Amino acid sequence: MSILVDSNTRVITQGISGKTGLFHTKQAIEYGTNMVGGVTPGKGGTVIEGVPVFDTVESAVRSTGANASVIYVPPAFAADAIMEAADAGVELIICITEGIPVLDMVEVRRYLQGRSSRLIGPNCPGVITPGECKIGIMPGYIHKRGHVGVVSRSGTLTYEAVHQLTALGIGQSTAVGIGGDPVNGTNFLDVLKLFNEDPDTEAMIMIGEIGGTAEEDAAAYVREHVKKPVAGFIAGRSAPPGKRMGHAGAIISGGKGTAAEKVKAMESAGIRVAATPSEMGTTLLAMLEDRGLVATCRS
Amino acid sequence: MNIHEYQAKAVLRAYGVAVPEGEVAFSAQEASVVAERFGGKAVVKAQIHAGGRGKAGGVKLAKSVEEVKAYAAEMLGMTLVTHQTGPEGKVVKRLLIEALSDIQKEYYIGVVVDRQTGSVVLMASEEGGMEIEEVAAHSPEKIFREVVDPAVGLRPFQARRLAYAIRIPAPLINKAAGFMMSLYRAFVDKDCSIAEINPLVVTRDGQVVALDAKLNFDSNALYRHPDIVALRDVDEEEPIEIEASKFDLTYIKLNGNIGCMVNGAGLAMATMDTIMHFGGEPANFLDVGGGASEEKVTAAFTIILSDPAVRGILVNIFGGIMKCDVIANGVVAAARQVGLDRPLVVRLEGTNVDLGKDILGKSGLPIVAADSLAEAAKKMVELVK
Repeated sequence: MSILVDSNTRVITQGISGKTGLFHTKQAIEYGTNMVGGVTPGKGGTVIEGVPVFDTVESAVRSTGANASVIYVPPAFAADAIMEAADAGVELIICITEGIPVLDMVEVRRYLQGRSSRLIGPNCPGVITPGECKIGIMPGYIHKRGHVGVVSRSGTLTYEAVHQLTALGIGQSTAVGIGGDPVNGTNFLDVLKLFNEDPDTEAMIMIGEIGGTAEEDAAAYVREHVKKPVAGFIAGRSAPPGKRMGHAGAIISGGKGTAAEKVKAMESAGIRVAATPSEMGTTLLAMLEDRGLVATCRS
Repeated sequence: MNIHEYQAKAVLRAYGVAVPEGEVAFSAQEASVVAERFGGKAVVKAQIHAGGRGKAGGVKLAKSVEEVKAYAAEMLGMTLVTHQTGPEGKVVKRLLIEALSDIQKEYYIGVVVDRQTGSVVLMASEEGGMEIEEVAAHSPEKIFREVVDPAVGLRPFQARRLAYAIRIPAPLINKAAGFMMSLYRAFVDKDCSIAEINPLVVTRDGQVVALDAKLNFDSNALYRHPDIVALRDVDEEEPIEIEASKFDLTYIKLNGNIGCMVNGAGLAMATMDTIMHFGGEPANFLDVGGGASEEKVTAAFTIILSDPAVRGILVNIFGGIMKCDVIANGVVAAARQVGLDRPLVVRLEGTNVDLGKDILGKSGLPIVAADSLAEAAKKMVELVK
């Protein structure tokens, strides 16, 4: 088991004829993801990387039965692409695009209300269930099938965590990048809930960063509802206030959103926070040892 | 992106937001010409991209044209140090000369994008002139909020509710609500990330006016606002950050002596954190992006080395889709091209990592290799001691 995606997930790529869309569609197919189609307005009727291309998401869904879509279209058109996918009833929409205007995302959030779609991202690496389904830009080979759920606002820090776990012989149930933007579709809380309810996920790693209060909200949930071990890391302890650290959402403003506040909230919820990113894997391993879960997590 | 107060007021005026009469001046002579229009009774305001100007001597009230001229001469060219400028301060190059307002009471109005609700939120308080964070800390009950539904925008009833909540005088409720409606329209139309009117004032002659105005814009949305981009004042920005942006690199200048080059924003922050954890001080934040191509790495090296405070460089790359051997070749070529004269510690991890390390080792360059970020940071901190 896993969360969000598995071998039955039928995926289309929005923006399949663009450089990035094309490259990562190819990579996904090589990984074994069940890619069933692509969408680029004006390219309907053609075939790219062996999958049929459609002019609209609606026609792609109708013809292929796709239930997930990954978006690689440029920022100016990405909000529209998300709404098109939601309108077509796509259950899971994963938006990789970085640089979407925040007020576009405000409209997207409103548009998604009352619709059944879940949005992951934008500005994220995507979602992977090792050995089954890779949707996004993460390097597939570093992952290993297993029982630890990983959720992160940062792409490369997700890879770090996954790589460390794999090196320790610990596989992952699913790794989810929720993205570095201030207004996104899915937050830590939502993903931790899914991991908590997933019988195959035995433990979790959450990787946050400065800005906002999503980590604090998630910590409150963990304190109340999560019995499974959770390790964590917060990036940006050294970041000065008022400066946007690369990610649009990574900013300490008005004294809020500091790493210290987040670490405190997480630790008080029983989440063990690694002192450096090199120790994310070993921090979780120590928790697994305490609970006698190492053998299970190495299976 | 930030703009000056006088520019923000011009943007707002176009949306019907009431602002005092005034004009920008680049010299004492220009300042006195503007002041003559107001019979010499004017306020002289230093224009820098930072708050806290009043306390630092950047805002002066004048009673005559001569006084305006004297204040202007004094302020232009002076370095203003406020709690937002950092210790080095900012040089004043522009002034706003504005007609005096007959203030009855000061209020606060702010517009932001609230991350939790994913909506635009208006905040108001009758504690005008104070920083909103301070009000939030001491008397949070005095801050009122209205969450805007983007489908219909700010509704007049919401604006009225805020105006009543902060106790705007009854005859001016509609005027204040109209002010908020216009401010909201400007915020959304121009893709602002923050709009702050602090203080908003009610005058004795019954006006509702933005005495100060701060607008920040969402840099992701600037492509659709050439008029706003034209207001950019590069004098207010770090030259080195501007240079980096030309190569699509995200660079932020910090105060330490260890230069960093990393792929990914989260890992870049974590690299700085790790340097600090082992007792070092990062000189910068630098995200070379997912690609980390040879051209980008070369540009990044050049930019990092242009900071004279840098005494060593730590490169931390997680090679995913981009393989480590390709990155290693890039690093070696770039180091040769820029003639690296300071210690370089490289930590590579990911696809083809052994090939990558081999390339670094055989390059003949004095590159110190590290297996983990922690090890890299420790070695770097030792080298710059």
